[in-house]
Amino acid sequence: MENYSKTTAKDFKMDNDVRWCPGCGCHAVLSAMQKVLPETGIKKENIVFVSGIGCSSRFPYYINTYGFHGLHGRGAAIATGIKLANPGLSVWLVTGDGDSMAIGGNHFIHLLRRNLDINILLINNKIYGLTKGQFSPTTPKGSITKTSPSGTIASPFLPGELAMGAQGNFFARVVDNDLEMMQKVFIAAASHKGTSLVEVLQNCVIFNDAVHSEITSKELRDENQIYLEHGKSMLFGKNKEKGLIQDDSRLKAVTIGQNGIKKEDILIHNAVDREDTKHYMLVRMMLPENPIAMGVIRSCEAYTYEDTYYQQIEASRNKSTVGNVNDLFMSGNIFKLENHNGN
Amino acid sequence: MKKRVRVIERDDVVVKFAGDSGDGIQLTGAQFSDTSAFIGNDLATFPDYPAEIRAPQGTVAGVSGFQVRIGHKEIQSPGDQADVLVAMNPAALKANMNWVKPGATIIVDISSFDSRHYKRAEYVEDPLGDGSLDEYNVVRAPITEMTRDVVKRFGLDLKTADRTKNQFVAGILFWLFNRDLKIGENFLRDRFRNNPKLVEANIEVLRAGYNYAETVEAIESTYRVKPAEKGPGYYRNINGNTAIAWGLLAAAEKSGCKLYLGSYPITPASEILQELVKTKNLGTIAFQAEDEIAGVCSAIGASFAGCLGVSTTSGPGLSLKSEGIGLAVITELPLVVVDVQRGGPSTGLPTKTEQSDLLQALYGRHGESPCVVLASSTPANCFDFAYEAARLAIEHMTPVILLSDGYLANGSELWHIPEISELPKIKVPRIKDNDPSFKPYNRDPETLSRFWAVPGQEGLRHHIGGLEKADVTGEISYDPFNHEIMTLLRRDKLDKVVYYIPRQEVIGQPEGDLLVIGWGGTFGALYTAVQEMQEEGHSISLVQLNYINPLPYNIPDILGRFKNIVVCELNLGQLATYLRSKLPHFHYLQFNKVQGLPFLISELKHKFEEILGFSGS
Repeated sequence: MENYSKTTAKDFKMDNDVRWCPGCGCHAVLSAMQKVLPETGIKKENIVFVSGIGCSSRFPYYINTYGFHGLHGRGAAIATGIKLANPGLSVWLVTGDGDSMAIGGNHFIHLLRRNLDINILLINNKIYGLTKGQFSPTTPKGSITKTSPSGTIASPFLPGELAMGAQGNFFARVVDNDLEMMQKVFIAAASHKGTSLVEVLQNCVIFNDAVHSEITSKELRDENQIYLEHGKSMLFGKNKEKGLIQDDSRLKAVTIGQNGIKKEDILIHNAVDREDTKHYMLVRMMLPENPIAMGVIRSCEAYTYEDTYYQQIEASRNKSTVGNVNDLFMSGNIFKLENHNGN
Repeated sequence: MKKRVRVIERDDVVVKFAGDSGDGIQLTGAQFSDTSAFIGNDLATFPDYPAEIRAPQGTVAGVSGFQVRIGHKEIQSPGDQADVLVAMNPAALKANMNWVKPGATIIVDISSFDSRHYKRAEYVEDPLGDGSLDEYNVVRAPITEMTRDVVKRFGLDLKTADRTKNQFVAGILFWLFNRDLKIGENFLRDRFRNNPKLVEANIEVLRAGYNYAETVEAIESTYRVKPAEKGPGYYRNINGNTAIAWGLLAAAEKSGCKLYLGSYPITPASEILQELVKTKNLGTIAFQAEDEIAGVCSAIGASFAGCLGVSTTSGPGLSLKSEGIGLAVITELPLVVVDVQRGGPSTGLPTKTEQSDLLQALYGRHGESPCVVLASSTPANCFDFAYEAARLAIEHMTPVILLSDGYLANGSELWHIPEISELPKIKVPRIKDNDPSFKPYNRDPETLSRFWAVPGQEGLRHHIGGLEKADVTGEISYDPFNHEIMTLLRRDKLDKVVYYIPRQEVIGQPEGDLLVIGWGGTFGALYTAVQEMQEEGHSISLVQLNYINPLPYNIPDILGRFKNIVVCELNLGQLATYLRSKLPHFHYLQFNKVQGLPFLISELKHKFEEILGFSGS
């Protein structure tokens, strides 16, 4: 934890203009990240922000670390190369619902499957912003957008489901108007060893304004969000008077004191359980029956790809008698010709 | 009484093995080549196999072939026609009858010459009985039958037993070429080192084949090919794909940059990935990505982090990597992309050779995005040009596309193992921590390449990416004049590479009646054809291009010294098109072929004679 006291949020700010629209949720995400990075204790030279293409993918330009603004959908692949090349770096991938759920879907699932120690911020506004208002793979079914004048036809992806289906070990969800929640979760993601996916429910003021307002608005958020913490009861509501219980194969929102429900009946969140059934249930909870799950939903330890790769290198070095390319070239079937050969 | 056998001394002999794709043809070919290399013959090989792993047995479409030419003199081509053909079934005979020399020795496995096999091969009559082979020395060897007898005592299942029959063939050839059987036995001990029973069975079969050839009295003459007249030093037999992998390893070691390979399996390039995953002991990061795009993008990420980033592929994969290569152009990071070309478009002829990706390599990207384009021209010099691709990529901070092809990839020849200390130095344009002069797009005034600062370095934090950068500072810039400046800088940087590559050599006289221009893997055939015609007294020379973008500076000078120029390519004229655009004041004739096959020496000579005839010399 070198330099812990030396850096502050200011050190991670750039002096260029941040060009997101006024009121865009990305401003808050950036601000939360700039506050979090000093707390991770990692030297800023050792941090790399990688992104794809989209509004949120401008992120690396606004944060004073190494940065790589890549190709549409390919941020995960670029980040993979960086992390494998130098596992000592702290690598963040900032991406959006178009970038990672559509054009980069393949790289996204394989990054999770491999479990490289990369932190992903998936900024989900359920619309294409940079190309001005076409539907994305997370746009709710039936939505009218520039490319769906009669309403979208297909069911949207739930990023958390996709991540767990791809063997993901860490999934969290936050909202862009809760700075404290973002900071807590970003730190948890940073300290998780392995691929960590944080879905940020972000508001696009121009093309999809208020898409998350049922979840995020001041009036509704206490009733419509449940913030999960490992080892704690799954409680929500203004006075934490509500909670979740398991009813047959689904989770059910209940009020303590009604229908004989006691506080002890409320489920306790186990984020580290390898068995992911309950994590799926939490990810899938929908309004109006249930609140939307926030916080770290799943956080399991597993070997990372790069650690195993470098262990294989080490083992191979210890076992092999070939220590450089000359040894390699001279191994196996070689023969020597003298000056004048022939018989 | 034993018949006296004539021993013929030959400068070179062409042997072709042919059979079902499951017959172990490639193994027999490799074994024969390796033992030839071991006794010091120069050689060139040409494996030719169907795209299907196990194509329908006994059909002409399912025939797998392996041609090898061994010699006492320098061998640059596997030859047009065979002196010895081994045909494991009627289909193999049928597929190859046009490719044997008059009077050649044809060894057939008589055990599989029955009516069922004739039908499969679509023969109407027994080809061994209809007189069509009277001009040849046909050896009717009961290969399958005798092999089964020999291995009976090992209790192998029929399938495994039949797989050893290629060693019967090998045994015959050892005798035919007066080879020491011990070399073949050692090859088998190494090949099956984990299975002593298979070693023993295969050695038994090898000896049986040898003894059969000695006693059968069907073979009138044997061959002796003296060791090649090569310079002193260490040698080995190497194929193009291995040579590329090793060239990259050498460049990584020499430059001190870790080698990072991001690739996706594709025929005929997969062996490069397969070779490099075996070199973890040298610290190689070889990553099998989820697709071609991830392969190249991860390599770009690794280059950003200070590695020598490489992605290997074939034509369809190069198409998928185009956008990524453009990213490496604008971020000005070192990147080597190897395209082992095959017949296209689309899936095309995946196991056959072609040179039809040249224009894609030169121009197949959006925007103005120049790359260095190189082409290797022999299996062994795939090493040199992989090394050279890495050197230019690193020193000039640019993507380099290296074109190989299926013929070079699978073909092999003798390779003089280089001294690592004698390989060209690679100057890595890295910058020291906290260098106050650092700006991401500051350039070296000589090369115009920017400097390489990598994550983890103190005081050099910066952002790069696909958006246009302001000159020097590297900040995002939408300024129209800046975009033009940067576009010109990227072009000029590439043009300056010409000062860091060797001048073009001419094979033959520096002026004359006909200049043959080729590039890449056609070298063996073009060289042999041109050399034979030079010996016949024609005024003909050869230029084989390895550096295509930029072209060596002395090309216009060379072209101006010849009355006629013919550009020979395994495509419809892509290099000719390029030369016409670069050097429009010359007249270019063309000779093109797109059959998925290499040039024949005979067809080349025919064309050259025709041109020389018309030009009146």
